[in-house]
Amino acid sequence: MTVRSPSPSVFRPTNGVDRSALEENKKLIADINRRKILRGTLSLGALTMLTGCSVGDSGPIQSFLRAVSSFNDGVQEMLFRPNHLAPTYREDQVAKPPRFNAYYEIEDVKPVNGATWKLELAGLIENKKPWTAEELYKLPEQELIIRHICVEGWDYIGQWEGVNLGQFLKRIGADTSAKYVSFKCADDYTETLDMATALHPQTILATKYAHEPIRDPFGFPLRLRTATKLGFKNAKWITAMEVTNTFLPTYWTKQGFNWFAGI
Amino acid sequence: MTDTLTVKSQRRHLHPAALRIMHWTNAIAMILLIGSGWKIYNDEVLFGWLHFPDWITLGLYAQHGLQWHFFAMWVLMVNGLCYIAYGFYTGRFRRKMLPIWPRAVIADIKAALTFKLAHDDITHYNAVQKTLYVGVILVIVLQVITGWAIWKPVQLSALVNLFYDFQGARLAHFLGMTAIVLFLVVHVALALLVPKTIGAMITGGPKVTADPDTDREPLPSPAE
Repeated sequence: MTVRSPSPSVFRPTNGVDRSALEENKKLIADINRRKILRGTLSLGALTMLTGCSVGDSGPIQSFLRAVSSFNDGVQEMLFRPNHLAPTYREDQVAKPPRFNAYYEIEDVKPVNGATWKLELAGLIENKKPWTAEELYKLPEQELIIRHICVEGWDYIGQWEGVNLGQFLKRIGADTSAKYVSFKCADDYTETLDMATALHPQTILATKYAHEPIRDPFGFPLRLRTATKLGFKNAKWITAMEVTNTFLPTYWTKQGFNWFAGI
Repeated sequence: MTDTLTVKSQRRHLHPAALRIMHWTNAIAMILLIGSGWKIYNDEVLFGWLHFPDWITLGLYAQHGLQWHFFAMWVLMVNGLCYIAYGFYTGRFRRKMLPIWPRAVIADIKAALTFKLAHDDITHYNAVQKTLYVGVILVIVLQVITGWAIWKPVQLSALVNLFYDFQGARLAHFLGMTAIVLFLVVHVALALLVPKTIGAMITGGPKVTADPDTDREPLPSPAE
């Protein structure tokens, strides 16, 4: 399997695309390409939805199932123990590189330019001054060697480092009695965490994987890593964070996945 | 009060209405769970050679499979708890499923394999039936346990450890499904071979006399 060379795009940084990450992850890319057929059916399904064709998973049944999913959000919030720690693992169990996951393929990752990147802050936060990558690197780091569990069923053990999200929220004067912490990402991905999860001791804004800066396909320069949620809740390539009491619909919940997605 | 009256009040259907409702509720929940479980499995297979064809799975895409699964699990669990409570409280488990003697099981398997196992009396389960029914109930209980382990591997991390790790719990959940599907094949095939068993599970079946000492199904009317 050959790696497709990135095509010119307005979304790409002017100083070119760092292809080394793709070269380093060839095996991973081949693995992910196995799923291309599945992705094809997904877009075909999306097309039938656009044309208004009913394909069985819409209408009153879908409304009912989404109501059950909301009920399950509530059940999971009750089951969540704010101070229960997820199991941690040894350094020699860490998978290198981590496994890629996004709503598109690894060749389509649009790397973020770390030099111009900023983390924007919004909502119920006292000090909304944006943060540069350099400023974030200077914050005290917490290490997590935890299991990443994907909603699809796969898992791996990863080693992440970065500032504890709860401590960061306090540092920027966030109202931690608010309900949600929402994230926007460079690839237009959106994700919303409940505040209890945001304040969990094993939730960090990760900047490093296995002691190295996180590489492009895995969320450079900043991604979320929480030990108590399914993989897709861990927003990558974060560009903005908002503390809010208004639920902002997320990329996957709009498509019918469960919101709380606690593990 | 006369003996005749007492006996009359204690004659009831082989399968009381409550039991029939629970049986069919369980059947529907189980079919929803199996079909949606296959959809979820297809997203990340345990065995490269095994993908379930789309037409036998439930849900358009994985998220819809998950929606069905996390709805039907409540139906299965609530109904299952009612059934287990009913089985113990009324004495139905003890009366219909016990005792199971290994010698009787072996003899009945031999008889079944040579097509000599009688099905004339549907009010009594043979030793093979008893084993299969008790077995599938235990497998379903285990299936709920592994299901919880997969759903909440961090909150219930100690439970996951019983199955080695997350993938171990997934595999156990898959094997539980396999056992239930195998049971279902035999159960449905035999029901079709002896159709009056299906009629009995719909209409209640023949009236049987309850043993007042060991049976409270339904509760005997208070002595006049």
